[in-house]
Amino acid sequence: MRRTRLSRIGLTASVRDIGLVVLIPVVFALLPRVYNNRLLLFNVMVFFTLSQGINIIYGFTGYLPFGYMGLFGAGAYGAALSVLFLHAPAPVAVLLGGLTALVLSLILSPLLRLSGAYFAVATLAASEIVYSIISNPDLTPITRGPYGINLSVIFNPTASYLTMALITGLAMAAVIYLKRSHLGLSLKAVRDDSLSAEMAGINVGRQRMLALAGSALFAGLTGAAFAWQISVFYPDSVFDPSISIFAIVFCLFGGAGTVLGPIFGVAALYGVYNLIGITEPQYFQLIYGVLIMVLILFLPEGIASLARRAGRNVL
Amino acid sequence: MLEFSLLAGILFGLFFGLVGLGLNLVFGVMRIVNLAHGNFMMLGAFGAFWAWQLLGWNPLVTVPVQGVAFVLAGIALYYLLVPRLVGLKDFDMISLVLFFGLSQVIEALGVIAFGNDPHSISRPVFGRHPLHFLGQTFPAAWAVSAMVSLFLIVLVYLYLYRTRAGYATRAVMASRQEAAASGVNVDLVSAVAFGIGLFLASVAGMLSLFMLGSVSANFGGGIIITAFAVVVLGGLGDPVGTVLGGLIYGIGLMVMESYLSSWANVLPYVLLVATLLLRPSGILGKEVRHV
Repeated sequence: MRRTRLSRIGLTASVRDIGLVVLIPVVFALLPRVYNNRLLLFNVMVFFTLSQGINIIYGFTGYLPFGYMGLFGAGAYGAALSVLFLHAPAPVAVLLGGLTALVLSLILSPLLRLSGAYFAVATLAASEIVYSIISNPDLTPITRGPYGINLSVIFNPTASYLTMALITGLAMAAVIYLKRSHLGLSLKAVRDDSLSAEMAGINVGRQRMLALAGSALFAGLTGAAFAWQISVFYPDSVFDPSISIFAIVFCLFGGAGTVLGPIFGVAALYGVYNLIGITEPQYFQLIYGVLIMVLILFLPEGIASLARRAGRNVL
Repeated sequence: MLEFSLLAGILFGLFFGLVGLGLNLVFGVMRIVNLAHGNFMMLGAFGAFWAWQLLGWNPLVTVPVQGVAFVLAGIALYYLLVPRLVGLKDFDMISLVLFFGLSQVIEALGVIAFGNDPHSISRPVFGRHPLHFLGQTFPAAWAVSAMVSLFLIVLVYLYLYRTRAGYATRAVMASRQEAAASGVNVDLVSAVAFGIGLFLASVAGMLSLFMLGSVSANFGGGIIITAFAVVVLGGLGDPVGTVLGGLIYGIGLMVMESYLSSWANVLPYVLLVATLLLRPSGILGKEVRHV
């Protein structure tokens, strides 16, 4: 692993790391020239980023936000409302979407002092609260209620696609940073034994909050970019529980806490999902449910752990 | 209107207490949050529905029949899934995700088998005579549901405090290791508790046909948060707390439906998040905050 100039800022990054961060968005940006199902590619990027977002919080702190779609939806609606009421240009709206999700995660951060089960279900409840507020007919003048959002003023499939590719690259960079840096090491220590970590001087609460904030930021940015891309959507489309479930399954399957795990998870599972093209969602719910159970019982560290057992050093 | 809300709230409160009781029992004994609890409720509701539809059985008759089935299923499911998890370091999260997966599996199977439509029992199987109480009138079904709930709550109390098995169960609830050291068969006690928890879920599901109007295959996802809210409000681990949580939620829900009805469906979520942010141990529970 060759050290680069980045080691001056305390970050040991290999050429491979930088390659991943740069190459993946570039590949996605260029793929539409050879494969014209742009919407599918966009969705792949969405789930790629979301599963890395889950990786940030679950892989490094052990907390699993079942209500992750609430942060996604908050990002989408944060962006949408800033376009509708603040007349923000689209890139600014995307940033504001990310900020909205970030603020929501800060409100929920006291939950990180409780056990994982409380956190998981509480995020689910929080997501439902946000969804109920947004889709309530009483608030239609502000949130357009159940009638959905129309952002055709900023509709720009190319720009939103490229923005999403950029966000994907940033997510990769964030996970690699966590994996290599002092922050990531302290988070792993907290995950392994929070009491000892606290005694070693790590501010456990703050570290966990940082991980949640990072995870939320990417969910929000992705939601905002998604809103920009499709421009017309209903609350149901962005507060859909299967968004969370897919992201969680992809991350678990590939291996939480690794850089390449979620990539593999998205490629394998989402690829299969789209190739098979079964229209009824309940069959996939069944398959993913069984997959979750089998994974957690027999392979809790995902496919990446198989590679590790075979002797390969997985990032 | 307020008197109706308060009294109906008590009836619903007993029902919601029953909804939460199974979840609380399983958590108290095994430290597992059974996220599939709502889905077992759905199975109980559909069992009662099909027994009525195809065999003409009164739903109350299905209670003991489903009781045996769900207790046995619970024991089998426990031995299949739990013993391999017990020693693991990350037990809380692993069991949570496992039962989340189970909940997805049951819901998917339910949708495949029963479709997405709501099902309800349209005939007044509990008699046409409404209940008149303190100047208010309630449907007979509500009164019967509340009585069944109260009956089962008392039954669980008697099990825990008046039987040797219940005594052993309370020992496991207090400390798994010490109970094992005292000679209690922890696995068997836990398995039976899990079975009872699933039985309570199945009855609560059957009663949901009457208290909540109808049940569809994806019923589990919505009700689990309500069940969790009731349990957390009262305090995880204490059965009395669950009944208290149920009553508070029931009364709150009925009052909101009377005065703020378009926001009434948010109540369980708000109660859950507010309780966890402000007083995570609930009203009667033990301290749960940690590093």
